Amino acid sequence: MLLIILLIFMIAGSIIALETKNLLSAVIAAGAVGAGVCICFLMLGAPDIAITQMAVETLSLVILIRATISRDLTHITAQREAGGLVAVGVFMAVFVLFSTFALMEIPPFGKPLMTVSSYYVQNGLAQTGASNIISAIILDYRGYDTLGEATILFVAVAGAIVLLRKKGRKKAEEKDE
Amino acid sequence: MMLIYVLCMILFAIGIYGIVVKKNLVKIIISFCILDYAVNLFFILIGYKKDGIAPIMMPGQDKAQFVAQTVDPLPQALVLTSIVIGLGITILMVAIAIRLYDKYGTFDVMKMRKLKG
Amino acid sequence: MNDRSGMTVIVKTVVRISASLILLYGAYIVAYGQLTPGGGFPGGVILGGAFILLCLAFGKETAFRKLSVNAASVLDSAGALIFLGIALSGYAWGVFFLNFLNKGIPFHLWTAGIIPLCNIGIGLKVGAGLFGAFIALTAFRVVKKGD
Repeated sequence: MLLIILLIFMIAGSIIALETKNLLSAVIAAGAVGAGVCICFLMLGAPDIAITQMAVETLSLVILIRATISRDLTHITAQREAGGLVAVGVFMAVFVLFSTFALMEIPPFGKPLMTVSSYYVQNGLAQTGASNIISAIILDYRGYDTLGEATILFVAVAGAIVLLRKKGRKKAEEKDE
Repeated sequence: MMLIYVLCMILFAIGIYGIVVKKNLVKIIISFCILDYAVNLFFILIGYKKDGIAPIMMPGQDKAQFVAQTVDPLPQALVLTSIVIGLGITILMVAIAIRLYDKYGTFDVMKMRKLKG
Repeated sequence: MNDRSGMTVIVKTVVRISASLILLYGAYIVAYGQLTPGGGFPGGVILGGAFILLCLAFGKETAFRKLSVNAASVLDSAGALIFLGIALSGYAWGVFFLNFLNKGIPFHLWTAGIIPLCNIGIGLKVGAGLFGAFIALTAFRVVKKGD
């Protein structure tokens, strides 16, 4: 029951974040949605994810505010196009159709399938020695996933630094001249 | 209790709506964050067991009881990496937005197209 | 303080006390990742957040004195190399990502073979990478006003 109230709160927060005219309040409303997700994770029995979500939420809020607050243009002018609305209507119809099919197939809330993970839960402590089963999965059973994830993070950070640095572009322009 | 899944999908749909309709780059980045939250939350909701406990063993806990009560640890392990990837993607998108702002002087997508000619 | 960069004296005093505690908490999260909730990813984000807090409160020169951009880049690469090296050294015993160390006694700190070492590598990588990206977002900015 509390989960439903939290989800309605998050939906309201996301609508406010999308529809408000002030960019700063939009960013803060998105932060409220993230905090709601964090509380949901805590109630669903995932303290690992809740810690990560809280830290990541704070950092991304700081980054978004830092990136937008010093811009002089914080108010936006609303303008709509008919093409975008038509596209979103078509997409919503397809999405509702497929999500109806999906809701018939997935297991009901509170009764997970646990086909693979019952093996992990039963043998995790004996085989890896880690009492935190999530650590055992991400670093022992499924280490490839974590390696690929570290690569993606490395590429994203390197891409951000390359996009924003000043020195390399100037040198390249001087060479062209 | 299918209502929770439906509400989570509504959150996802709001994120898609923002990405398609909004013209401001910061609004698009925020919609992407909301989409990310909705997908992560859906994974955790699928793995939840009623009256479940966290998949972390405590010293002196009975193993059979732990196996019977714990929630699904596999979606949690996948989401744990996905959240940090989401932060990296947000950083990359903010970097691109700042670069575009320096070039065109606005966050509006439509004006950028007009300025380019 | 004559230092004009950064925020006010109140913020600086609070940050001077709390930054070391945040660093300690991040190190705890990384080191106990195999026993309690936590691990390399949240611990790394918290470690990076401590330096970002320093950078916000004291201005970027003080933060650079604690951890320069080159040091952050080296730490980032070092974390990735630690993780990849542990994964590759499993080949000496047969397969990629083999847990070749001793499992130890359950519910103690140095247990679970390679998992604590991998956690340390990932924590270094995530923290240093996020700090470097934040510096890139704020300090390297090309400001061209007036056009």
